[in-house]
Amino acid sequence: MTKYEAVIGLETHIQLNTTSKIFCVCKADSWNDPPNTNICPVCTGLPGVLPVLNQRVVEKALLLAVAMHAEIQPESYFDRKNYFYPDLPKGYQITQYDRPIALGGWLDVPVPASPAGGAYIRRVGIAKLHMEEDAGKTRNAGHLRQIDFNRCGVPLIEMVTNPDLRTAAEAAQYLTRLRQLLRWIGVSEADMEKGHLRCDANVSIRPAGSQVLNPKTEIKNVNAIDAVREAIEKEFERQVREVEAGHRIEAWTLDWDEEAQVLRKMRSKETEADYRYFREPDLLPVCLTQAQIDAAAQEMPERPLDRRARFMETYQLPEYDAEILTAERQLSDFFEAAATAYGDEPKKVSNWMMNEVLRMLNEQGLTAGELRLQPAHLAEIIQLVDDGAVNAATGKALLAKVQQSGRSPAQVVADEGLARVSDDSAIRAVVEAVLSESPKEVESYRAGKVTLIGWFVGQVMRRMGGKADPALARSILEELLR
Amino acid sequence: MLCDLPAHELTRLLKARQVSALEILEDSLKRIDQVDGRPGTLTPGEITAEDQCKVHAFITLTAERARAQAQAVDDKIAAGEDPGALAGAPVTIKDIFTVAGVPSTAASRILANFIAPYSATPVVRMEQAGALVLGKVNLDEFTYGSSTESSAFQPSTRNPWNTERVPGGSSGGSAAAVAAGEGALSLGTDTAGSIRQPAAFCGVVGMKPTYGRVSRYGLIAFGSSLDCPGPLARNVRDAAQMLQVIAGRDRRDSTSANRPVEDYLAGLEGGVKGLRIGLSPDYFRITFPDPANGEYIQQPLPQEIEAAVLRAAQVYASLGAEIVEDVPMPNTRYGIPAYFVISRVEAASNLHRYDGVKYGYRTPKPQTDLRQLYRASRAEGFGRQPKLRILMGMYVSAAQYSAQYYQRALRVRTLIRSDFEQAFDSANPRRIDLLLTPTTPTTAFPMGAVYGDSVLMQYADQLTVPANHAGTPGLSIPAGLAADGLPLGIQLLGADFSEALLLRAARAYEAATASQPSEGYKKK
Repeated sequence: MTKYEAVIGLETHIQLNTTSKIFCVCKADSWNDPPNTNICPVCTGLPGVLPVLNQRVVEKALLLAVAMHAEIQPESYFDRKNYFYPDLPKGYQITQYDRPIALGGWLDVPVPASPAGGAYIRRVGIAKLHMEEDAGKTRNAGHLRQIDFNRCGVPLIEMVTNPDLRTAAEAAQYLTRLRQLLRWIGVSEADMEKGHLRCDANVSIRPAGSQVLNPKTEIKNVNAIDAVREAIEKEFERQVREVEAGHRIEAWTLDWDEEAQVLRKMRSKETEADYRYFREPDLLPVCLTQAQIDAAAQEMPERPLDRRARFMETYQLPEYDAEILTAERQLSDFFEAAATAYGDEPKKVSNWMMNEVLRMLNEQGLTAGELRLQPAHLAEIIQLVDDGAVNAATGKALLAKVQQSGRSPAQVVADEGLARVSDDSAIRAVVEAVLSESPKEVESYRAGKVTLIGWFVGQVMRRMGGKADPALARSILEELLR
Repeated sequence: MLCDLPAHELTRLLKARQVSALEILEDSLKRIDQVDGRPGTLTPGEITAEDQCKVHAFITLTAERARAQAQAVDDKIAAGEDPGALAGAPVTIKDIFTVAGVPSTAASRILANFIAPYSATPVVRMEQAGALVLGKVNLDEFTYGSSTESSAFQPSTRNPWNTERVPGGSSGGSAAAVAAGEGALSLGTDTAGSIRQPAAFCGVVGMKPTYGRVSRYGLIAFGSSLDCPGPLARNVRDAAQMLQVIAGRDRRDSTSANRPVEDYLAGLEGGVKGLRIGLSPDYFRITFPDPANGEYIQQPLPQEIEAAVLRAAQVYASLGAEIVEDVPMPNTRYGIPAYFVISRVEAASNLHRYDGVKYGYRTPKPQTDLRQLYRASRAEGFGRQPKLRILMGMYVSAAQYSAQYYQRALRVRTLIRSDFEQAFDSANPRRIDLLLTPTTPTTAFPMGAVYGDSVLMQYADQLTVPANHAGTPGLSIPAGLAADGLPLGIQLLGADFSEALLLRAARAYEAATASQPSEGYKKK
């Protein structure tokens, strides 16, 4: 039986997180805003108005192009893509076409090990990257079509990959890594549920190892990474069944029905419209100076996968730790600052981060950048525990108190008397009280049930609010029980 | 009457407190009442004998709005404040510009009910300078024409010099209103000659500035890469003053030039001594392909048109200019074909937005299918000219034809531009400062004579359209009357941003010849 492989290319639309729209001053993000509230004559295409390019869009596009290792074009153009649709108020979309802001580039996507094979890196080539405006939204309500122009003119980057992906899992990984990168460099919130990151997938199949490209289908309207994986998997299986049955694959456009988890045919590709592209005469060419291009390269932070590798190398972290700590840029910054402040044993800092700090972030719904707890505070707390000034449980409680109050750990310890009690006489007094109140347990211990020592330590610790040095309490107990 | 005085004279009298803005306004309104007849409407009924001897410049008269502006100007003067450079000047606006709160029809049924919530930048600047906006004047539908007859608002404008004749177009209402003394100034647009040709036909001054010198914000687009707003006036100083007010960078139009505006008035009387003024044989003939076999036919211009230009050359020579003959402008003949393609591609796209969904005309017949709603609304809302242009624009920009037509037209455009660059190149030993040409191949043609033959009407723009392709400035000034009693126009063309020079040369001719602004409207 022939073994098939999928040939997959992804076309992504990335909503940039600029304050205003691409060609006017309306607010760009309309999430939760009532329909038609962030609109003006420009983005609703009234007669006589003209677009003016938002320079922040160019800057963000440039930064993304640098992040994707793309070739930035010193001169690029906007074109008009002409078609009729009620949510396209000008009757054309202003977009880049044959002279986009960047060409080429790539993203390395680590693919984890699976039952099918070991872990590997898939390099996904980028064909082009261009700027464009979004259209509005149409909603069918019974016999009415309702149109919301809020989204008209929201800035998008369209980024098209080469057909370099071979499995649905790779496609899902690509999107996961792209989302991470977009957030990392701060160009998009990349929230798929809110449509900040949209994806169309082109899928064809061929016998494994073959180099031919067969007719492909295009899957539209997939708005979650799991859905992309699911839809591509289903389409791959369908194409294999068709080919096995001796049928030809036709160039359909398919719509992913999220609820029913099925693909539906939207239209045949043969009927594709002619958009009659031509240069947008209302906008000047986008001319980038070398200084602007250099500035974007300067602004480009260390990429997440580079940082992950460096964490493994420099801090000797396991891959698992490095992956989690570089999931998000501010989290990785936090770790690195804390590890530097702490000095040695970065793995210990990593443990605190992975267990305590991440739990706090999850519980409070915060990002690392929003914490009042500073990296230096974490280092200080770990140091206090190391020094025996507080015990481990108190140390963990301290994290929450510092986050809550914004005071430094040392301050909280002083204010709340949390320091560990190492005073022999203070502990000895409590031990004596516990022993006199527990005659039965004392008898059992002395009769040979020495495992009861743990219970006695627990009693002492409880009475002292956890502040007792447990080792000291244990040795006093053993001395007095002898 | 006050309305026959130049705008700058009215402003001077106003500032000297010899007249009030309200007096000027009432005089203009009286003139309009006397000569304009009924305004254009979508439901004109029969065109009567009475209609045939009126000007019909207006679509919308905004008398009350103008009264409020006049009152504001008078209040400023009373308060000792500067009322502005155009204070008290009665002006009209070609109905292709938006004026906030006033219908902006583009002379089309499809926009007949459209009221914009914003004013075009040149309108805002004129109003801030104290101009009194009398109303919106007629034009060819969406500016698509050279006679104003294709307006959906009838009766269309007639030439004040002879109401059997067209006023030209597409800024026909503007030129006629200025010539008839209804408003001293008018704001027009020029995409292939639409300011200069009606100015020539109506015996007034009309200027197309450098592309980008005046903002297009609020101008309902035709050919976006060619459209230029500009002034029409009865004399050169008024045109200069108006341009001074409307020119300059506008952050709402990214194609507006980011370059300081010269003082157009300071050197206006500086004369032409030492200027090199060119004549080109390519502007003394009309070249067009034979519809039967496609071969180019050359036709000389009527003798009196050529003679008017040569008379002007003589005037310039006697004023100390050097006349340079035989300036080569070899690509002039391709101006019209290239314009046909480029303007229609842009026009078809610019007309996409009129779909009956958001504003403007929607078919009253109930529709169940969206495509059908588009088709019916556009079929009923657009007149013949927009439909022709959409058809041609769609055709030549289709994927399979674009290289053959549109991309080729863009290359031709570059060649036309290079004609101008060489002529004005300071490194060229035969370089010129200005090119002197006829504005139009004929005087104003009879009403109904050319309408319908769109190709012939378009070739009438052959002498004006090259400046639109090149983006360079040009102006038309009156140069006497032809044997038929109609005005003749001559054109001056200059290099990028040479408006001050053009106006100075135009003023020198005006001062040396008539020394009087045209008489204006005469009742038959």
